[in-house]
Amino acid sequence: MRGIDKSFAAVRANRGVDLAVARGHVHGLIGENGAGKSTLMSILYGFYTADAGDIRIDGAPVRIADSRDAIRHGIEMVHQHFMLVETMSVLENVVLGAEGGALLARHLPAARATLRQLAADYGLEVDPDAIVGDLAVGAQQRVEIVKALYRGADILILDEPTGVLTPQEAADLFRVLAALRAQGKTIIIVTHKLREIMAITDRVSVMRAGQMVGHRVTAQTSAEELGEMMIGRRLAARLDKAPTALGAVALAVAGVSLHDGFGVPRLKQVSFDLHAGEIVGIAGVAGNGQSELLEALSGMRAFDSGRITLPNGAIVGPGDPADAAARRAAGLAHVPEDRLRTGLLAGFAARESAILGYHEDAAYGRAGLLDWRRIERHTAALMTRYEVRPLLPKLRSALFSGGNAQKLILAREMERDPAVLLVGQPTRGVDIGGIDFIHRRLLALRDRGAAILLVSVELEEILRLADRILVMFDGAIVGALRPDEADERRLGMLMAGAA
Amino acid sequence: MLRTLAAALLAATAALALSPAQAADIKPAILFDNGGKFDKSFNEGVWNGAQAFSKATGVEVRDFEPQNDSQREQALRTFARRGNDPILAVGFSQASSVAAVAKDFPKTHFMIIDGVVDAPNVQSILFHEEQGSYLAGVMAAMASKTGKVGFVGGMDIPLIRRFACGYAQGAKSVNPKEQVFENMTGTTGAAWNDPVRGGELAKSQMEQGADVVFAAAGATGLGVYQAATDAGKLAIGVDSNQNYLHPGHMLTSMVKRVDIATQKAFTDAKAGTFTPGITVLGLKQGGVGVAIDQYNQSLVTPEMKARVEQAASDIKDGKVDVHDYMTDNKCPM
Amino acid sequence: MSGGAAPLPWWIDYALLPLANLALALLVAGLLVLATGQSPLTAVAAMAQGAFGSGEAVGYTLYYATDMIFAGLAVAVAFHGGLFNIGVEGQAYISGLGVALVCLYLDALPVWLVAPLAVAAAALFGAGWAAVPAWLQARRGSHIVITTIMFNFIAYALMEWLIVNVLIKRGQMAPETRGFNGGGLLPGLDRFLPLAPTPLNPAFAVALACLLLVWLLIWHTRWGYALRVVGASPRAAVYAGIRPARLVIQAMLLSGALGGGIAFNEVMGAQHKLLIGFTGGYGFTGIAVALMGRNHPFGVLLAAVLFGALYQGGAELAFDMPSMSSDLVVAVQGLVILFTGGLGLMLRPAFVRAFGRS
Repeated sequence: MRGIDKSFAAVRANRGVDLAVARGHVHGLIGENGAGKSTLMSILYGFYTADAGDIRIDGAPVRIADSRDAIRHGIEMVHQHFMLVETMSVLENVVLGAEGGALLARHLPAARATLRQLAADYGLEVDPDAIVGDLAVGAQQRVEIVKALYRGADILILDEPTGVLTPQEAADLFRVLAALRAQGKTIIIVTHKLREIMAITDRVSVMRAGQMVGHRVTAQTSAEELGEMMIGRRLAARLDKAPTALGAVALAVAGVSLHDGFGVPRLKQVSFDLHAGEIVGIAGVAGNGQSELLEALSGMRAFDSGRITLPNGAIVGPGDPADAAARRAAGLAHVPEDRLRTGLLAGFAARESAILGYHEDAAYGRAGLLDWRRIERHTAALMTRYEVRPLLPKLRSALFSGGNAQKLILAREMERDPAVLLVGQPTRGVDIGGIDFIHRRLLALRDRGAAILLVSVELEEILRLADRILVMFDGAIVGALRPDEADERRLGMLMAGAA
Repeated sequence: MLRTLAAALLAATAALALSPAQAADIKPAILFDNGGKFDKSFNEGVWNGAQAFSKATGVEVRDFEPQNDSQREQALRTFARRGNDPILAVGFSQASSVAAVAKDFPKTHFMIIDGVVDAPNVQSILFHEEQGSYLAGVMAAMASKTGKVGFVGGMDIPLIRRFACGYAQGAKSVNPKEQVFENMTGTTGAAWNDPVRGGELAKSQMEQGADVVFAAAGATGLGVYQAATDAGKLAIGVDSNQNYLHPGHMLTSMVKRVDIATQKAFTDAKAGTFTPGITVLGLKQGGVGVAIDQYNQSLVTPEMKARVEQAASDIKDGKVDVHDYMTDNKCPM
Repeated sequence: MSGGAAPLPWWIDYALLPLANLALALLVAGLLVLATGQSPLTAVAAMAQGAFGSGEAVGYTLYYATDMIFAGLAVAVAFHGGLFNIGVEGQAYISGLGVALVCLYLDALPVWLVAPLAVAAAALFGAGWAAVPAWLQARRGSHIVITTIMFNFIAYALMEWLIVNVLIKRGQMAPETRGFNGGGLLPGLDRFLPLAPTPLNPAFAVALACLLLVWLLIWHTRWGYALRVVGASPRAAVYAGIRPARLVIQAMLLSGALGGGIAFNEVMGAQHKLLIGFTGGYGFTGIAVALMGRNHPFGVLLAAVLFGALYQGGAELAFDMPSMSSDLVVAVQGLVILFTGGLGLMLRPAFVRAFGRS
């Protein structure tokens, strides 16, 4: 792949990216979230078409307009979220999309034989008659790989393959990958876990902010060097930050764990105290439990074990139902990560989004009624104070830019001077000016004595704002640092689970 | 004084409106039942009668097929308001609508088939279905080799029980030990249009030994006839002459001459001889009977024919009194 | 006061777009009529004349519109909570039982006393019938579309059994109850207003009141706000501390109660007795009414009057053009429903292109 360009509206996801992968190698592709790895692989797999650049296989230029083209060229992708029909058997899943004619019954015995051959060649043991939904996650992933090989894959792309695996399953996967390499298959692994890269790749390419920053032979590099390349040496412009006046504990989190609907552990024994007058930053690569932590704390989700002590002294335990309204009443405010589906309502007017979560507030109308004129005046005042443009309380929420929508949410959540503010990705998709504004408001709130928990995948943001940094990896807090002892390299290592 | 005069004039005009002299240019209209006018049976018979009337007199007949129950009364009103006269309503379920509208349009003539409305401007046309069914029962018992015959009714209402009861009486007049199976398809209007269930009921009766099955069930009967034909047994049609449906398997049809009734009613109205009250058409008036034509000739033996003709004349003469189920909601059989 | 820079001004969404859909439907229907060798213009004129041409025509149109308003509101309220209530037909049918019981047992009382009781019974029975699918959706995740459809069938079977075996007037062939007397007869509006005698009755006023109340409830109360949040984004509802399950149940109860209005209009207002199938499919038409009315009470009113006019005008068409078969009339009505309801948003992208820049 040479000179790949791809833009989404104003975002340039790939800028002149080159990537060369040698046949029969395991090639790692690493980078932070949003660095452009997924976009690049999606272009290779035909999910997107590049704006510029070309793709060559064995030296010959190829055109990949959709995934069928990719499959024809022997390119297969194993997605992070499996594309399997859970109610069908392994065999049926494998032939799905490659039935080779309407008469499935005649085709199945041949497929069964092929499956047996694949298992023998690569050590890919799967029971062809098992129902996919009954299989463990690692086995499901094997089915995905078998499926790719069945369709004749020469180049296999694995997107975050170990994200959902236990260490044992991951070890099995690595054995399979080694066998595949020995048979001459080419494998591209997309990941942000440095340890895996070091363990199984031959070569590695690093992306950052849509660009390729370098290629290394794995044997000649180190996790440290890759971490630095991944995060970059961007210097954070320090804000004038007054020293903290640490107050009492506003929010105490003790041993909180939870599993998701699939039984996968998402939070593991998370404990920390949040004091009045401090900003605690949660650093981590997206998907390591930060979202679940915010949801558990804000009352959007119940948890399995542990205890949360709220600012008003109330204690929430594992048996208690999720109740965001009660948390709000206890002095907790929450700026959620997902702006348009959670923080506000895309189809609602700004004035309607401006009371989300506070619609029972007595100030908004008598008894069960809502007084829209009063709410509109209130919204206009909020919008003025938080510089939300355009100043149109009746404008549909979806029509505000990312920064202005975020400022509207912040205004709503901060105006009541909450004892605790939970903030998720406050500046994602926000322009520079907006970022600065939001950061200053957060600091001002801290200086007024609020406790703020800041979850962000932007290290720079955490380093700028946080008085204390906690690093999350795989659902657990794996490190606690002060900003002056935390440099990006050290954080990067912790975040990648390499320390 | 003047007021009295005006009132007298008005009364005179009203009387004129009802008088025969005005009836020459009648604008007849028909309100069909929910089955629609092309049901191959009851409604279609009325339509055929109206067509015959139009052909004979050149008078156009308007009609309406309601799509739901609330349209019935509305349609009657619309006809009346537009000056249609006489207005014929088809089916017992129209009775309450006719009663309501006839009251509001006292100068318009109404007729209802199969229902009774007691009003000075309504003619209620009923049939002695038990008499025709009696003849069908006679033929069934004579054609049966097993001594068992069947009856499949549509909706379980007294009117259909009247068919069943007449049929049973006829069958037992031939053979007092004749066994008559009787099943009704359902309890709602849907029972008129369920040929699948009709076929199942017929099959079950045939499994019990019946070899002639009479259906008085609207479109449900089509399933009964098909089942009997498939099993190589005999069936009896109803209302219209349905012998042509399965030649060789339709023993006969118990015809209810709604076509003749319709034509006669319109012709009377045109001639200015509209008679309110209840008109009952039986064998004597040619209102009911059994059909014998080229499609079932081979099935009707000469002695069968003779016996039916004898029974018919006995009924006409009053020598045989066929019990009418609807007089006491009981069947002596 | 239009929504500022909203993609389309409200009058396009609620007025121009439906009118364009209607025009398109009439165009296709016109081609159909033309294909059968008749004049589409005459047909349209006859339909319009039949629906609005006389006091009586207007009365019938509004009488049908009453059913449509109740049905459309019932669907719309559920829809604001993200629920597709296909069961309005069955809920209205069961409501008929409530209305009939009140009228049969209490019609010795004066009508001003019986009518409110009948309204209450209609609402109660309709809500009761909606309660089970609502509970199953909220607590067990059974899909409301499936359960409400199934409950329609159960309602049909139950009501047929009750009418044929229990409630039927003895010695009568038609499967219906006895006619109500005195206090069970809702007088026609022609008794109070200078109108032609039609089945139009005070249920129409109740329907208009419901329009207003639903509008207030959905857009001006905290409950309505919460319901809309649940419908727009269940995740945002959880974030806001709203319990979606509870709102789902409440919205379905309200939806079923509104559907009961059909029973009040038909059983007490028009038929004056309980009969098989009195709901006449209005509950299903309500889906098209709500879709066309964009789930807004004002839009529901306009759509309900349009559908009322279609029903009434379609019936009159059969009188004025005897050569037009009743099947063709049904086909024309179906086309209008298809274009205004099912394909209601088909033309919107074109309108966005044409007007979106303003």
